[in-house]
Parts: sequence; C-alpha cells; structure tokens
Amino acid sequence: MKPAPFAYHRPGTVAEAVRLLAADPDAKVLAGGQSLVPLLSMRLATPSALVDLGGIPGLDAVRVDADGVRVGALARHARVLADDDAAACQPLLRLALGHVAHPTIRNRGTTVGSVVHADPAAEMPVVLRLLGGSVDVEGPAGRRTIGAADLFVGPLETSLHHDEVATSAFFPALPSGGGVAFEEIARRHGDYAMAGVAVVVRREGEQVVDVRAGFVSISDTPVVVDLTDAVARGADPGDAALASLEPTADVHATADYRAHLVRVLTRRVVGAALDDAASRSLTR
Amino acid sequence: MTGRPAAVRHDITLRVNGAPHTISVEPRRLLSDALRHDCGLTGTHVGCEHGVCGACTVLVDGSPARSCLMLAVASEDVEITTVEGLAGADDSLSPVQQAFSDCHGLQCGFCTPGFLTTITAGLRDNPDPTREEAQEMIAGNLCRCTGYQNIVAAVLRAAELRDGRP
Repeated sequence: MKPAPFAYHRPGTVAEAVRLLAADPDAKVLAGGQSLVPLLSMRLATPSALVDLGGIPGLDAVRVDADGVRVGALARHARVLADDDAAACQPLLRLALGHVAHPTIRNRGTTVGSVVHADPAAEMPVVLRLLGGSVDVEGPAGRRTIGAADLFVGPLETSLHHDEVATSAFFPALPSGGGVAFEEIARRHGDYAMAGVAVVVRREGEQVVDVRAGFVSISDTPVVVDLTDAVARGADPGDAALASLEPTADVHATADYRAHLVRVLTRRVVGAALDDAASRSLTR
Repeated sequence: MTGRPAAVRHDITLRVNGAPHTISVEPRRLLSDALRHDCGLTGTHVGCEHGVCGACTVLVDGSPARSCLMLAVASEDVEITTVEGLAGADDSLSPVQQAFSDCHGLQCGFCTPGFLTTITAGLRDNPDPTREEAQEMIAGNLCRCTGYQNIVAAVLRAAELRDGRP
C-alpha cells in the first residue's frame, strides 16, 4: 500500500502546469488528492509524475452571481458547502455536497477534482450534468469551455485532453419557479451510494413545465432523464425513469435492487423537488 | 519521458505541533509515513491506508484530514497538528483526552489518535453537540473494539469539560 515512485512538480501558474503536462504524457494532475492518492497507494494508478496545482494562487475562489456559481479548481468541497451565497444561488450544490464522503474527506477533496475524476458513483458530476453546467479548461492551445453534456465520456474518463487543466466549474443558478432535491442510499454512512437521485423542477404558476432527474451509481456516465411528460400525465416518475435506465449489478447491489432503489428514490425526490419549488414560490 | 523516474528526494520542512521538522523524502512519501518514520511522531496510526478508517486523521490548518491521503512533499504550506500536539504544555490531558479516559472511550487504542483529533476540531466548531451530532462527528472514524457508545459519551463529556462543567 505504498505508491510507486513518481516525480513531483509544483508549478506556480496554470501555464506552467500545462507545459509540464504537455512534456510528459504519463503525468497526472494532483489537486485535493482524495481520490488520486488511494489510487496511487493501491497502484491502480502509476503516473510518471504529479503536477500539483496546490501552489497556484487564485484557483480556490468560489464566485457567485445572478447566473450561477463558479467554483475554482482548488476550492474544497467543505468551502463550497459552507458558502451561503452559493447555496442561495443554486441550492442543489449544498444538498449534494452533504453526501460527498465524510466531512474529513470534504476538507481536502475539491469539487472540480471530483467532477473531472468522473467517478460514476460520485455526486458532483451528476449535479453538473443535471444543471447543464460546464468546465473551463486551459491547455497548450489556450482556453475552452466544455459543456457537461460533452464532458463525460466513460467511467473515470472525460473529454479533457491529457495536457489540459480544469481551472473551474460553472453551476447555473436555480431559475425563478425552480425547485431541487437530492437523496441517495449507501451501505454505510458516507460511503459510495448504491443509488442516488438529483431532481430539478420548474413551475410556471400552477403548471409544472420541467422535471428532470440525474442518477448516481446507475450508469457509466452521468445520465439525465426528462420526466416532464410523465409527471404531467400523472404517471409514476420512478417507473418512467426506469424505462430509460438499465441499472447493473455489482458487489454492492443486484440489478433488481438498484432498480428498486431508483423507483423508490425517484418518486420520493421528484415529490420533494416539487414541494421545494412550491415553498420557494411562496417565500418569493 | 518513459520508464520509472529515479527516486529523487526532496528536502522539505513540515510544521508539526508548532515545531519545524526538516526531512528528506521521496515524492511518494505519504504524510502519515513522514510523520511516523521521518519526524518520529508515531502517535498517528496507519490503518487502512486508503482514507476509510480514519486512524491517521491529523489536523491540517485546524481541520481534520487523512494524513494517508496527503503527500508529505505537498504539505509544506500547512500547519499540522497530530495527537502529540493535543495535550497541554505541562503534559496535562486535553478535555477530549480526559473524557476518553473518564468514559472508557478506548480499548485497544489503535483508532484513538484519529478520534481525538477529529473530536478536538469537531467540538471547536460545535461546542455543545447533541448525541446525534456527536454520532455524526465521529461517523468517519472506525473503531473495532468499543461499539462506539463510550466514544459518543466521551464526546458529550469532553463538551462539558471544555465548558468547565463538573
């Protein structure tokens, strides 16, 4: 349980980090390290070098405006979770972040790192995908923005190039009339979820005009299912969601049990999100 | 650049319990191992080595962190507190340590350093926890002996001791 040898670089700028990555195809980026270091210790990852973003000033900012929340690459989960402006702008952030591992892990792990680590069992990739957010990256050819729909390619795989660094993630604000909810079920408190569901809804007056759900630990990449029609015609949201999903079995849960969790959680979380939208419109 | 890089060592200075420790480490040296083997501070225990058990928890700038999930070479900018740094200058037990003793909050003691550091920070942030909040505070740490009941009692007792209550 000790990492294989690697070289260590601690650049002072993103441009320098990009140069180091471009010069070594086996180098990996280190941010909070809460997923990468265990992979190193188990030797599931054996990079030739680590490029530590920890020495780059300014990357830990969390900026909130009317459009949404921009989270810098070094902002820890705990920092984002504690940000009241971020929670007011997009309440799904705080709801989901409370389910990310344990508080001790959230003290070091970064939200952007979790997004680009792209673990199918992680909450924040699903949140970014469900909200239609994006990631800003910097590489040798300059900067570009990758929309969440184009970001996730496979389990632990994104469309970032090897020599690109994710500098921030953008989570859009909750629109007027909107509501959110999140729930997951894990074997142990703080452990990876066997199934998790995030829901965003939007009402216009009494009319529900948008219901979408994102799923944790159900598919290789974050998947979003549009349940607007199902809810409008009074169908069960859980059954409607399952029609578009194929939960698989692993050591933690059989496929049937996962399907059961999806059915129950989707029903519950859609209801909670509709209630959330109703109570927000009352207090507005 | 292919193949394994030569084991280049880095000369670094860790600030642990207020004292500087200048050590020479490979980049792959985990902070937990650097504390134990290079700084000689063996109070930090190494259990699972992948961030699950919590035995290696130290305070990093005052907040709990798994020292097995940090690299020593990346830890120069932070202030580290280990279990050795919790007692008073005269070796008197801290409120959390005293409460563990009073409430029999340990048996074999292997997990205890991680609990002590976690609870020390937890009570600073929430000085008067309910029983439920005390359970939540220690939910990231595993203990195979006690069944946790006496540890929860120790959290509540430590809150009393910090508050000067008898």
